[in-house]
Amino acid sequence: MVDVWVGLFVLLGFGALVFLAVRAGNMSSAVGLGETYEASARFDNIGGLKPRAAVRSAGVVVGRVRDIRFDDKTYQALVTMNLDARYKFPKDSSAKIMTSGLLGEQYIGLEPGGDEKMLAAGDVINMTQSAVVLENLIGQFLYGKAAEGGNGGAGK
Amino acid sequence: MPAPAPVPTRRGPAPVSRALDVLAAVGYGTRFFLRLCGLGLASLRRPRLAIDQVHFIGNYSLSIVLVSGLLIGFVLGLQGYYTLRRYGSEEALGLLVTLSLVRELGPVVTALLLAGRAGTSLTAEVGLMKAGEQIDAMEMMAVDPVARVLAPRFIAAVLCVPLLAALFSAMGVLGGYLVGVQGIGVDAGSFWAQMQGGVDWLADVGNGVLKSIVFGFTIAFTALYVGYHAAPTPEGVSRATTTTVVVASLAVLGLDFILTALMFSTE
Repeated sequence: MVDVWVGLFVLLGFGALVFLAVRAGNMSSAVGLGETYEASARFDNIGGLKPRAAVRSAGVVVGRVRDIRFDDKTYQALVTMNLDARYKFPKDSSAKIMTSGLLGEQYIGLEPGGDEKMLAAGDVINMTQSAVVLENLIGQFLYGKAAEGGNGGAGK
Repeated sequence: MPAPAPVPTRRGPAPVSRALDVLAAVGYGTRFFLRLCGLGLASLRRPRLAIDQVHFIGNYSLSIVLVSGLLIGFVLGLQGYYTLRRYGSEEALGLLVTLSLVRELGPVVTALLLAGRAGTSLTAEVGLMKAGEQIDAMEMMAVDPVARVLAPRFIAAVLCVPLLAALFSAMGVLGGYLVGVQGIGVDAGSFWAQMQGGVDWLADVGNGVLKSIVFGFTIAFTALYVGYHAAPTPEGVSRATTTTVVVASLAVLGLDFILTALMFSTE
């Protein structure tokens, strides 16, 4: 009888672990992508993109960022992605780094192009758009304002 | 295994011999720990003793762990909601509750509860066996009391703590869900989605489990060591029980700080 109760306890404990890993954690999405193929893209600036960030197309998660490296030949960031093998994208698709919400996590947005050929494993996406860096944006804004103010002052 | 032999006679000035005493105590404690680990693994070959102890430590602690987990989840749900509402991000409630539980509260509170619930009873049991000369009797019969009495309890406690911590965290998540989603009305979809987006199964859940395994070793070793070396008198046993709670709790909290610094400092 003791065995039954102990068995129940151990099963409950492992059940709780599985619950935490799969239901509360991201094990299902980390493992459950199934078959993937690899594609990479070069960005001038990746902002705060992290490995394992989502790759979305039309808002649907179609892959994950596998690896981010710095390429010292082109001085660009080389981002490797694992894309779900179920989804094919035209060869001239473009990749953008986007932010979910104003301050949310960054992800890669994949926009399909019109090419007949499809992306194959190991291909590089050529058309990319870097992350919007808030500091640069504010800098440009201030610079613009200052230039405006300067002209206004000169005109008077 | 004999108790730590007091360093024989003075080998020099008082500070030196005191330092030697400390070194000897640390060495003896380490040897005792390694011996418990080895004999604990060996005792799995005759699992009946260990299973009985899992029943005693694990099953009997289920009620306190499950109920406290649920209540902590309730409180986290409420407090988290009040704080997050100021920033307009109530949807992150699931993430907040789950991260706090799997990283910190689950392992630590479970360990503290078990130090009180199971650690004391282990110490008292072993201490009373010693006071009643049962340990001596075993030695007379050439039965190693460390292998027969301590090792199964040790391995059982080490196995039970991570499982109980996982149950605690799971109940806490459920508690947070009940208060946040069912009670206050946070959107259920974003509650779970934010949680899954932010909780890493290896870095968060896995490290939490690792923590509770370390705490399991800490509690089991403290309780058994203190019980086995208690003065064989009623007063000695009562003192040993208190020592177990104090030392085990402090050790858990101290280790928690070190482990947290090691595990979560580099995001």
